[in-house]
Amino acid sequence: MLKPFIDERSALTCVHCGLCLASCPTYLETGDENLSPRGRIYLMRQLLSGRAPLNDATVQPLDTCLGCLGCQTVCPGRVHYGELIEHTRDFIEHNHRRSLYQMLLRRVLVEQVFPYPWRTKLALSPLKLIRWLGLEGWLPRFTRPMTSLVPPGFRSEPLPLTSPAVVTEKKGRIGFIEGCVQSVMFGPTNSAVVRLLARAGFDVVTPPGQGCCGALFSHSGQLEKARDCARRNIAVFERFAVDHIVIGGSGCGATLKEYGLLLKDDPAWAARARVFAGKVRDMVEILSPRSFNLNAGSGPLVTYHDACHLNHAQGIRQQPRDLLKAVCGSRFVELPESDLCCGSAGSYNLTQPDMASRLQKRKVENILKTGATVVVTTNPGCMLQIRAGLIAAGRADIEVAHLADYLDRLGAGRS
Amino acid sequence: MAAIAPSFFSELRAICGDDGVITQSERLMVYECDAYTMEKHLPDAVALPRTTEEVVRAVKLCAQHHLPIIPRGTGTSLSGAVLAVDGGIIIGTTRLNRILNVDYRNRRALVEAGVPNLWITNAVKERGLMFAPDPSSQPSSTIAGNIAFNAGGPHTLKHGATTNHVLGFDLVLPDGEVVWLGSTPEGGDDVEGYDLRGAVIGSEGMFGVITRVVVRLMKTPRAFRTMLAVFNSADDASHTVSDIIAAGIIPVAMELMDQPITRAIEEAYHFGLPMDAGAVLIIELEGHEAGLDRQLERVIELCRKNRSRDLKPARTPEERAALWKCRKSAFGAIGRISPNFVTQDGVVPRTKLPEIMQFIYDAAKKLGLGVANVAHAGDGNIHPIIFYDERIEGDVEKAYACSTAIVRRCIELGGTATGEHGIGVEKVELMSLQYSADDLEAMQRLRRAFDPEGRCNPHKMFPGGKRCLNFNPQRQVAI
Repeated sequence: MLKPFIDERSALTCVHCGLCLASCPTYLETGDENLSPRGRIYLMRQLLSGRAPLNDATVQPLDTCLGCLGCQTVCPGRVHYGELIEHTRDFIEHNHRRSLYQMLLRRVLVEQVFPYPWRTKLALSPLKLIRWLGLEGWLPRFTRPMTSLVPPGFRSEPLPLTSPAVVTEKKGRIGFIEGCVQSVMFGPTNSAVVRLLARAGFDVVTPPGQGCCGALFSHSGQLEKARDCARRNIAVFERFAVDHIVIGGSGCGATLKEYGLLLKDDPAWAARARVFAGKVRDMVEILSPRSFNLNAGSGPLVTYHDACHLNHAQGIRQQPRDLLKAVCGSRFVELPESDLCCGSAGSYNLTQPDMASRLQKRKVENILKTGATVVVTTNPGCMLQIRAGLIAAGRADIEVAHLADYLDRLGAGRS
Repeated sequence: MAAIAPSFFSELRAICGDDGVITQSERLMVYECDAYTMEKHLPDAVALPRTTEEVVRAVKLCAQHHLPIIPRGTGTSLSGAVLAVDGGIIIGTTRLNRILNVDYRNRRALVEAGVPNLWITNAVKERGLMFAPDPSSQPSSTIAGNIAFNAGGPHTLKHGATTNHVLGFDLVLPDGEVVWLGSTPEGGDDVEGYDLRGAVIGSEGMFGVITRVVVRLMKTPRAFRTMLAVFNSADDASHTVSDIIAAGIIPVAMELMDQPITRAIEEAYHFGLPMDAGAVLIIELEGHEAGLDRQLERVIELCRKNRSRDLKPARTPEERAALWKCRKSAFGAIGRISPNFVTQDGVVPRTKLPEIMQFIYDAAKKLGLGVANVAHAGDGNIHPIIFYDERIEGDVEKAYACSTAIVRRCIELGGTATGEHGIGVEKVELMSLQYSADDLEAMQRLRRAFDPEGRCNPHKMFPGGKRCLNFNPQRQVAI
């Protein structure tokens, strides 16, 4: 008899109604119900009962889940799918043998490199050199999907411990989390977020000693390691009296908001985790569209891609649109299927490149339909994925921008 | 069923591609049931063709091997409509999910069979059009599935069901021949000869596999008045429904929700529904702005006459959307209060609503089961939701008994066994209550005209099949 790896009551909340199916990117691509939320929960139940064995046939549908949580948004029973899949992944990683390549990707790259900014920098330095020498075309084919994701001219930017508010009437104090991949590849974006917050009236502190939020671990089935990340960040931020804790990446934000859930069974940390999680805000929850100058009628046509972890995980859809419309007015155009995952999904585009690239193409086709020349989103993973997709489609001219960069650049915050 | 020749599977793969055929037992499990989970049957394989041509070839192959075929969309049926009772090959239409053409001038669209209902409206709403049938499953349920069950929804009361909004479609007959029934994409609205389109709508997938459909698009109504009326008893709410229709007002929808379901929804969504109300009605009027308020006043008057204790009009489009979200989330919200449920779909003459509601409460109480009610009250179409826990010995049988007793009572009261969910496997035994042997034989003759061998979605709708003897509900979770 297996030790139950998911809460049975929680799994039973799914009544098998099927309303989630058409919101699931992998189901839309394949039409295979095993690759749908309902199908995956059904598989989890079969694994739990021992009716289905843990093998490649049962693991593949669970591996191909993006964790985009599109299903949670539409679920009439409010099934907490995210928690179910994370616990199932934890079970898989500790009980299923993977191929050597997948082991290397997951255990080394995703878990030992990305969560640590200096290791990521080190790992990327050969690529920087290869690019400088103009030799990228000589890299072996299997590395292309990976290297194509790395943006040209990426850099980190150190942030000062404190960035004071630039208005006289202060609204409060914000603790800023740099993020791991975000800080290495999108340093300037972090600086833009801090500038926007300072202009909005907040003192911003960026505490030293902070680390990965734990998303990379919890999404890849290493819940204990994710909990370690959470404990470390909680301890670091407890040293600073802050009103809110803000981050520029939506994926990290979603995980930070779930620290309470992640540590609920740890008596020493549960309460502290809830306090921390209660303070976490996405940048868009802090900024007000009213503080931006409307620039209607001119400028490039802009569209918006909903990062899954802002839209589905945090339920934030309207605020980023309101902010964008505040600076581009009638030049804003909705993106068809804007709420459908782009295939990035954390480290998914590395571990599941086939499905990731199908969804990337689908996203790019939708972007091209809009005629927009700027795509704005809120998550570093989505930016890398969409940019690589546009380049592959020969449309490198379409800009992919983080909302913070776009707002900051358009002279935002002038009040 | 006899063993399937191994060559069959390789030929099927040659048609649908390696990733378009599922044969591993672990991966067939999710296909053993639909949204009706009381009964489960594993298919022998699932085929996921991408084109009409692939459907035809797959169906012909099955015909050569004399294998049952079971057309399946997204599997949202609540009556076990797509269960592979005696094995067989599921022909999934989920890869046929493109909207091929929208003809705005003639207000119609040509769509593939696996397009979810709501996609059609989403594609045309910018131009002020919609596809009217609105089952709660509409975000997922496919247009071909809607056709198979002549799906309705809350707004059926005024707009009619699927049959009023589907002009024509192609049908791959069980021997692989393709026929187009009803209006063609290029043709006019009226077609000479028998309305075979009408015969197929509601045939529960037993006449063949649909791959393309011409749907009618309607103009989105200009104005709405939507209101939540709160009552102390389901009885008062039911009387209100009859009174409104008797007064000559046809609201576009009149939905009843009783206390248990209102509570379940409120606990899940916090819409601000009253937790202590005996029942609530969602009443919606639509049409031209002029005159709507006068109608609404009359409706309010009738609600008051039936002791409605509170009337809450939706003041903004967001409030209206929230009210409908409440109603359409009803089934899903049950997962929060009961591990399993079965929902019934009987219809009674509107005036008998109070009587059947009382019967439902009594029947469930007698068996010690919980029950909640939603109803398309304007149509007299009830959806009692009976709670059970399959992990408790005997609970499944009790739920089945309760559910059956309710439908029997509906028929005795002059109603029918199903309003929109269909007979499926769930209600086959009940068909003989409603129809004589001669009636059923006449229906079988119609079926044989399309499917002489009875291979297409077998063991559904007609009593006396293999399935009745083997009825042995399986547990969903076995820890």
